[in-house]
Amino acid sequence: MAYLLIGFPLLMAAACFACPWDRWRPWLLPLGALAQLAMVFAVVFPAPGAAGVSGLNDWLLLDAPGKVVLAVVSVQFFLCSLYAPGYLALRRDRPNRVFCANCFCTLAMMTLVTLAHHLGLMWVAVEATTLVSAPLLYFNRNARSLEATWKYLLISSVGIALALFGSFFLAYSSLAVGLESTLLFEQLVADAGRLSSPWLHAAFVLLLIGYGTKMGLAPMHTWKPDAYGEAPGLVGALMAGGVTSCAFLAILRIYRICQAGAAAEFSREMMVVVGLLSMAVAAIFMARQRDLKRLLAYSSVEHMGVLVLGVGIGGLAVYGALLHVINNALAKGALFLSAGNLHRAFGSKFTDSVRGALGVAPVSAAVFAAGFLAITGSPPFGPFVSELTIINAAMGDGRFLLVAAFLALLAIVFIGMGSTVLAVVQGEPGPEAGQTGFCDRFNTSVPIVLFLALLLGIGIYVPAPVESLLREAAAVLEVRR
Amino acid sequence: MHQVMDLLLIVVLALNFVALGVSRIRAVITAVAAQGVVIGLFPLFVHGQFELGGVLLALVSVGLKGVVIPRLLHHAMREAEIQHEIAPVVGFTNSLLLGAIGTGLALAFSDTLPLAAGHAESLFVPASLSTAWTGFLLLTSRRKAIMQVLGYLLLENGIFLFGMLLLEAMPFLVEIGVLLDLFTGVFVMGIIIHQISREFASTSTANLELLKE
Repeated sequence: MAYLLIGFPLLMAAACFACPWDRWRPWLLPLGALAQLAMVFAVVFPAPGAAGVSGLNDWLLLDAPGKVVLAVVSVQFFLCSLYAPGYLALRRDRPNRVFCANCFCTLAMMTLVTLAHHLGLMWVAVEATTLVSAPLLYFNRNARSLEATWKYLLISSVGIALALFGSFFLAYSSLAVGLESTLLFEQLVADAGRLSSPWLHAAFVLLLIGYGTKMGLAPMHTWKPDAYGEAPGLVGALMAGGVTSCAFLAILRIYRICQAGAAAEFSREMMVVVGLLSMAVAAIFMARQRDLKRLLAYSSVEHMGVLVLGVGIGGLAVYGALLHVINNALAKGALFLSAGNLHRAFGSKFTDSVRGALGVAPVSAAVFAAGFLAITGSPPFGPFVSELTIINAAMGDGRFLLVAAFLALLAIVFIGMGSTVLAVVQGEPGPEAGQTGFCDRFNTSVPIVLFLALLLGIGIYVPAPVESLLREAAAVLEVRR
Repeated sequence: MHQVMDLLLIVVLALNFVALGVSRIRAVITAVAAQGVVIGLFPLFVHGQFELGGVLLALVSVGLKGVVIPRLLHHAMREAEIQHEIAPVVGFTNSLLLGAIGTGLALAFSDTLPLAAGHAESLFVPASLSTAWTGFLLLTSRRKAIMQVLGYLLLENGIFLFGMLLLEAMPFLVEIGVLLDLFTGVFVMGIIIHQISREFASTSTANLELLKE
């Protein structure tokens, strides 16, 4: 089953490559994504007594945290793929062969990240997500997207190279105390108590910087506004919801090893600091942001910060952070895709031109506004619950200053993002609005409404199987020495 | 065997300085390629005996770093019609000075590290740290896109060198995966360099400043 989960999207990528018709090729995306989603649900919520998923001598193994991210990635990819045919029909001028094939390759590599239990293999998979997603960023083939792709590729590759260095340090931390060096996750967790402390600390720093670059944590986030700003909304959604969640899983794996070893306290403090810093940097750059997609990119930096902050706080907040992975992915789907629609409708993504969107593209504008409320933590949407859980846990630990900083940053983000979003949605459309001929159609509206509906649903009620999966994943991560 | 390896590691260190000190891009490509070949040969020596996995790994990595990637970069250089790094952010003399300081620090620092028995005497750790540092210097101080790719390759060389201490932890499959990722990365970067030169009629990344706050 493990091989099928990775092989099937690759097969679909080959099918996309072989398909000669630009017009029909995009329909392979939702078809393949639906089949993949069905398989993923079968392994994430297995029938009682079913065997676990593993392969390659347990190098591939699906544990609870992996299940959470795999499910998030697959649901998000499916909803994005529903959007793809409608979007690519609007972009008939561009060939989409490489685009469709690389979407499936990205899905395959993201799946490999969630399954990999050998840290070397996981590294290969994370780096591969960078490489296969680079052509997606360059879809528009102009000077701006070229610059964005170059920065993304170079900064991410260098960041990930540091993660490889960190992985080697981790392997060396067992060699330095006379154990056999290994990068097998289970083995490292079992040996964690005996690992050489200096090498473990150094490894954690390098791995946090490395995979943090891929997640887009400050101060390694600089590629993110450029990349998400110039990519099609569809790609922004896939990256901000899917690829970043995979990088977060990589950090969770390292965190798990540190929790069992000598670097427990250190790793948690580092994550709190980096999390708060990311939120602060995002809050500063979101104020007065004129570019819609860059605004969303900084929102992504902010929420990556929330994720590592939650894990750094520990205890109940780990559960909150895992729930926030789901919420962030859904909200980023709704926001990036609706922003993409607004971009199409106005022929611009700058607030100077995009005004009065409710009058031009009412569904997209409404989802964009609701998505803003959701991602900034307004009830009754999902992020409200997950952020409240994190705050609850921090209060329980008596970390009142931290809670105050967290709340203050959330408030600044709300005001900064709100002023831009409300200006876009409300008011009178400018004279150039509506000239592009875009209006909300069935196939570009349904996916964003579904994203929002799921986000609302999970805010009101977390279904029992999802709840127990999240609890199981949090328990796996929270095992102390 | 130790002496041979230390000699090779000194060659690796010397090539770092070649990469830092010259402006001709062709020369830097050659230096990085030569370093890749030297490092690619290490799997043959590390175990002290010839194993099939080690030989294959050496073949693949020498082939990629010594032949395929340099040819790719030469091709990109010809397409873009550039020969020299003209105005680096940090000048060549200063780069050399920073490289020397970094190497000195790497040597001093690795003496204080808790190394496994048998590793303390060899130059592996300082050579690895110093090569990675050189890669960073090139990445941050050069404006030409090709030079930045070469910096990335040096960084990877440094990491690879450290990996030689851990051949058991990194199974053959993963090593090949890492090399494949490296190759694909450089390949995609080469394509983008080509696009940059078409779009701007130059490969200086100074052109890439449309996107900022």
